[in-house]
Amino acid sequence: MYFAIVGTRDNPIYELDLPTPASSSAPNTSLKRDSVSDQKHLSQFIVHSALDIVEESMWGTNQMYLKVVDRFNEHHVSAYVTPSGAKLMLVHDAVGGDIRAFFVDVHELYVKMLMNPFSEINGSIGSQQFDAKVRALVRKHL
Amino acid sequence: MASTLNTSHLLDRPINRSRGSETSLAAFSFLFSEMIQYSQKRVAGIADLEKRLANFGYRVGIRELELTLLREKNAKRETRVLQMLIFVNSTLWKSLFGKAADSLQKSNDNDDEYMLSDNDPVILKYISAPKEYASFNAGAFLAGLVEAVLDGCHFPCRVTAHSTGNEQFPSCMTLLIKFDKSVMLRERAFEGK
Repeated sequence: MYFAIVGTRDNPIYELDLPTPASSSAPNTSLKRDSVSDQKHLSQFIVHSALDIVEESMWGTNQMYLKVVDRFNEHHVSAYVTPSGAKLMLVHDAVGGDIRAFFVDVHELYVKMLMNPFSEINGSIGSQQFDAKVRALVRKHL
Repeated sequence: MASTLNTSHLLDRPINRSRGSETSLAAFSFLFSEMIQYSQKRVAGIADLEKRLANFGYRVGIRELELTLLREKNAKRETRVLQMLIFVNSTLWKSLFGKAADSLQKSNDNDDEYMLSDNDPVILKYISAPKEYASFNAGAFLAGLVEAVLDGCHFPCRVTAHSTGNEQFPSCMTLLIKFDKSVMLRERAFEGK
């Protein structure tokens, strides 16, 4: 599972990579390491290619939550567009979980970070607190 | 002194979701006058001064947009130009000043120009310019704010502030909004559908 916040210039503001247990089922340890790092590169690639689709579909609806916008093999990409132009993208398998509530909560965290007058609007978020909170939200909703 | 300082982390503080919370005009006027004085020392001319104020307004506008939509029930993004301008006219102005802007007009000459008027802008209440600065309009701050709001919703544009005072409203201010070509192309594509 991979979560990213993409800014208005298609730059990643924040990334969270959570390798699911299924990807680490390889018996050889070096193979396992490769598959995990490959997973992250692949997820970035998937999100990048889904950005075009998000930009197209966001003009079709008034909502911020855009459900599943793209599919790649067994990965599903869900998207949520914030009013200030940032896109929250989640690569996940087709399991359940309250994705909409997750996006809404991360949006609120993002707005709180933005309220800091010293934060740059398209700048990357390196705060560990933010990271810890997003991980907690992942555990709560997904 | 230490006990009044809020030391909790930014992410732990509750975000203010109540609408209609107010700040004092006096506090804002002091801050605004300091901003203008600060910029005045560092610029060469009036245009530059207005540009700096617009930059300030831009940074405020992005955050204002997010907060306004956070506090709104059934927050929706606007996709059409007219809906977006109505949003700025009523919802945004209400959250900033407690009342809607006074008028929204479409320009007759150009397709992509719109004018938003406020008969008595609160932020300009305590500003009076000397003769050398006669063409200076501190509404550039509001222009930057509106530009950020429109930019954030993917309607790139240029917004400028003009004073259009008449006898009835001597300090009336108009914001001239000029949209990018891409926005008009998109609008036409929408209407074509």
